[in-house]
Amino acid sequence: MASSDQSKALQIELVAADRVVWSGQAREVLARTVAGDLGVLSGHAPLLSLLVPGVVEIRPLEGSEIVRVAVGDGFLSVSDNHVSILSEDAFLASEIDAAAVKADIETARAEGDTEAERRAEAKLRLVDKTP
Amino acid sequence: MAASVRELRAKIRSTQATKKITRAMELIAASRIIKAQQRAAAAAPYARELTRAVSAVATFSNVDHPLTTEKENPTKAAVLVITSDRGLAGAYSSAVLKEAERLVEKLQGEGKDVDLYLSGRKAEAYYRFRGREFVESWTGFSDQPQYSDAREIGNTLVRTFALDESDEEALDPALASDELHVVFTRFKSMLTQEPDVIRLLPLEVVEGTEAPSADDVLPLYEFEPSAHDVLDALLPKYVHSRIYYCLLQASASELAARQKAMKSATDNAQDLIEKYTRTANQARQAGITQEISEIVGGANALADATAGSE
Repeated sequence: MASSDQSKALQIELVAADRVVWSGQAREVLARTVAGDLGVLSGHAPLLSLLVPGVVEIRPLEGSEIVRVAVGDGFLSVSDNHVSILSEDAFLASEIDAAAVKADIETARAEGDTEAERRAEAKLRLVDKTP
Repeated sequence: MAASVRELRAKIRSTQATKKITRAMELIAASRIIKAQQRAAAAAPYARELTRAVSAVATFSNVDHPLTTEKENPTKAAVLVITSDRGLAGAYSSAVLKEAERLVEKLQGEGKDVDLYLSGRKAEAYYRFRGREFVESWTGFSDQPQYSDAREIGNTLVRTFALDESDEEALDPALASDELHVVFTRFKSMLTQEPDVIRLLPLEVVEGTEAPSADDVLPLYEFEPSAHDVLDALLPKYVHSRIYYCLLQASASELAARQKAMKSATDNAQDLIEKYTRTANQARQAGITQEISEIVGGANALADATAGSE
């Protein structure tokens, strides 16, 4: 990437299967991929990487509040300062109800559904961190 | 005479009640179509980004994947038929089922065995009534499909496809298939919905509506952990997203078909009411006329009798 790109902001689109969860301009994105935690700043090389269930943090250009989003399995693609994060399930911290998620974990454990359990735990981590 | 007027009045009342019901169903369907279209619009960004990513991997790496390679001699085909859960939608479900029958015949003509996967109670009832076998069916979401429904269907179908020995959830090898077709109804407009068939697997990645335009140059991506792993993870998701797209199209079509059917039912009810009202009025008038002529006739006869006796 040309260095002139580094002054530009990242254009973020965080998309779940049935809606756009968050989109806008940002300074930085932190996500957890299969290859470890990944930080994306302006001017990042084109990249396609797989996400593991966890928390994605976005530092928006305007305002100082960090946007935290719980994501399930998905992937992240970076090209030309455009970051798309796709996940079949994605929830903003404000959309998560801790009690309901705890119940989800219990049922997932009871049914032995490890995938659902991991997804729910990622959500819970997000809520525990926020306050 | 009086009885027939009463009968007609009863018929009018019952038709009016039916009309109210069909009218309500028409309005419900109309309002749900708008929601269905919004959901289709909301699902578009995901489908677009996913298609873009899959094309990127497919373009910049020469990885063979079971989901994209065509078998030389396909002997088994899976067909997913998407119909509605409820009737009262005109020919909606039967049109899809007819299309499915044609496809099955064509596939069998090509020497392939066909496994049926059904979505919607109407399809299930159709095949069960005829004693025809199907592998699996899903019901209960035809007018408001959720992504999780598409994921469930997709997982089952992808598993039959990429069947390999290492799969921990050992699937009956008899169910392995070489290609996957989806029969659904494409929503063209509020007035036209057409049953359509797409071949979902093996994948032809660039497909119709959401394909990135030709001048949209894809950047040279770096794949993490590897192109093969990325493709491995993306393709099932791509299949889910395509199935979700089909389900959404089908639900919009179902609602549009139902709205149309209910509208014509309401119109027919109105016509019937008018016809019955006319007949009832005629019968009433005929009764009055007869009564008058009877009275006049009686009076005349009486007058004649009195005149004769004088």
